[in-house]
Amino acid sequence: MMRKKKCVAMLLAGGQGSRLYALTTNIAKPAVSFGGKYRIIDFPLSNCVNSGIDTVGVLTQYQPLILNSYIGNGQPWDLDRNFGGVRILPPYQGKNSSDWYKGTANAIYQNLRFINQFNPDYVLVLSGDHIYKMNYSLMLNYHILNDADCTIAAINVPMEEASRFGIINTNPDGSIYEFEEKPKKPKSTLASMGIYIFSAKKLQKYLEEDSQNPKSSNDFGKDILPKMLSQGEKMMAYEFEGYWKDVGTIDSLYEANMDLLGDNPKFDVTDTSWKIQSRSPLAPPQYIGEGAKTDNSIIMSGCEIFGTVENSILASDVIVKKGAVIKNSIIMGDVVVEEDAVIEYSIIDENVTVGKGAKIGEPKSEGKGIAVVGRNLKIDAGASIDGGAIIDKDITKEGI
Amino acid sequence: MRAVGIIFSNIHDNNVPELARIRTLGSIPFGCRYRLIDFPLSNMVNSGIDTVGIITKSNYQSLMDHVGSGKDWDLARKDGGVIILPPYGDAESSTLYTSRLEALKGITNFLFRADEEYVVMTDCDAVSRINYNEVIEYHIRNHADITLVYKKFKDGEYSAKNATTFDVKDGRIVNVNYKERLQEESYNVFTNVFVMKKSLLQNIVMDSISHNKRHFMTDVIAANVEGMKIMGFEHKGFYAGITSLQAYYDSNMHMLDEKVRHEIFSDRSVFTKIRDSAPTKYGNSAIVKNSMIADGCIIEGEVENSILFRNVKVARGAVVKNSIIMQNTVLGENSTLNCIIADKNVTIRDRKVLSGSENHPFYIGKGIMI
Repeated sequence: MMRKKKCVAMLLAGGQGSRLYALTTNIAKPAVSFGGKYRIIDFPLSNCVNSGIDTVGVLTQYQPLILNSYIGNGQPWDLDRNFGGVRILPPYQGKNSSDWYKGTANAIYQNLRFINQFNPDYVLVLSGDHIYKMNYSLMLNYHILNDADCTIAAINVPMEEASRFGIINTNPDGSIYEFEEKPKKPKSTLASMGIYIFSAKKLQKYLEEDSQNPKSSNDFGKDILPKMLSQGEKMMAYEFEGYWKDVGTIDSLYEANMDLLGDNPKFDVTDTSWKIQSRSPLAPPQYIGEGAKTDNSIIMSGCEIFGTVENSILASDVIVKKGAVIKNSIIMGDVVVEEDAVIEYSIIDENVTVGKGAKIGEPKSEGKGIAVVGRNLKIDAGASIDGGAIIDKDITKEGI
Repeated sequence: MRAVGIIFSNIHDNNVPELARIRTLGSIPFGCRYRLIDFPLSNMVNSGIDTVGIITKSNYQSLMDHVGSGKDWDLARKDGGVIILPPYGDAESSTLYTSRLEALKGITNFLFRADEEYVVMTDCDAVSRINYNEVIEYHIRNHADITLVYKKFKDGEYSAKNATTFDVKDGRIVNVNYKERLQEESYNVFTNVFVMKKSLLQNIVMDSISHNKRHFMTDVIAANVEGMKIMGFEHKGFYAGITSLQAYYDSNMHMLDEKVRHEIFSDRSVFTKIRDSAPTKYGNSAIVKNSMIADGCIIEGEVENSILFRNVKVARGAVVKNSIIMQNTVLGENSTLNCIIADKNVTIRDRKVLSGSENHPFYIGKGIMI
């Protein structure tokens, strides 16, 4: 008898994340560092494993090198399985036609053969740019209980923000009667979280039809879901309560990181009942030196701190030298902050050197926004970077 | 590869009976996230040795849990890799081995199967980075029968009261001494690292069975300083022998020294079992000075000159100084600790005050609540 899986997850990880600017110059958005230790993709992957879903296809396209090596054989998430586990699914050359993934739906369409290997009853479609902890098995139960063809996870957002989201309008029983993409006058505050469960046969049917339609943009939100609704398929909204953040912009990425700080953080990653797994770096323990100050901050192994760190998040192997000050900032891995440098309200990407006495960013109260320094850059001693600047080139004392 | 590695995980358990009561010496936690076996095992891997047998005797559950498949050392191999060798008893002898030679008798099959030419043997009683490749090179260059690694200490540098030391002349070991008191100007302390041809080791083991020899140092090394060419290789880097609870305390504290810390860790090649903890979180009231801290801690109090393992909680108002606090230990509000070694899962209630002394740290056993 053929072995099968009840549910296979397909994780859309190919997006460029252009609104993260310098942070995604040569790295896919799901591989962007988060919370000191994690990468964004750890959240959907860990959610899958914690929900009992052990077969995950990761669809990659844009700058996949770091993402590929990060996921590797999936062992950190216990996804190195003999049957199932995690598979990276890049676009490939076919016998008759080859193509990049043209849209979210097309990416899954091109990998129907991967899904069918496992003969699943259900397919869970996820995106790789959200920070949240969610038990997908509860959503799957809801889908099964309602005998739905498609279930969409949705979250209540404040009315004033509702026009930024895809809004779902439902009947009292939770069934969907209308989608509105970024409506000017939203009828409800229920926003789609970009998490879908499909009954596998229905998904296959609609993907195949969609692929035959030259006018389609091959996108779930724009094409597949409205088509299913218009054909009278049973579509349910699954209301999710809890922390959920789309980290597609610099501001939201910053906010989500900061939500980890404080005695009662808005988002808690230390909860051992829903562990977020990640590929841990092999770094020695962190060392906090004489004269260092570490207030309300998250600091990873491999760091050596001799300066001041306040309200900030430091990923592994960050060196903060004497007299240096880091406030309200996110510092990703392998950054060296030389003596007396000052970093305020900034995001510094991996492997950056900040020279002696350099100044990056300005306090939030200045209203100029978050300064961003891209990966592998060198900021010379004495250089100065304004608040809100996006830096993707080395900076000398005189400027670029 | 040309050498097979053998690690004795239990042989010096008596050095630190407090910590080794529930585990092997090799699985004693060290330096925030490591266990003592990580040092010799990583040294093996970094020297290109990819077939390693770990000899155990008792209390080796924690060791097996730690080493697992060997994946974290890249030693989960089809060909070679790491294998734990528990005591081997047959129908006639059901007693456990009592000496290094007897232990080696129990692994004759492992030695037979290995096709490497040389063997590197080491214990788990020290924190150091030794390149075994250099020792093998030295061994071959000098046409030695056996090469033993030693560390030269000046008087007062080595805290143990007794040690095996060597008289070394032109690189050759000419005498083996057991020192009750170390009072000379300098002395060459044996690091318990041996290099020799595998075939020689096999002969030594067979010979010891037929002539009932029991003690490797006395019956093999000391008895043959003239008959065999036994060379001494001087290890010039950092070496901290875990010879007592005090030495354990001191060598942990050595890690706070920048030079030592960088020598041991800066190339990121001391491997250990990877456990997932959230990053360490510092509260608004945290004050931390000169301390080494693992991931997963929550620090709201004051920490000075201390070593904190994973998931330690230091509550508001708590003060911990000059102490080693192991995994999952919780220090209650306004508690004060000085010169304490707290084993895993210890709970210190609010407002308790505990103190040892720098030359006599106070040990709190695993799981105790105070």
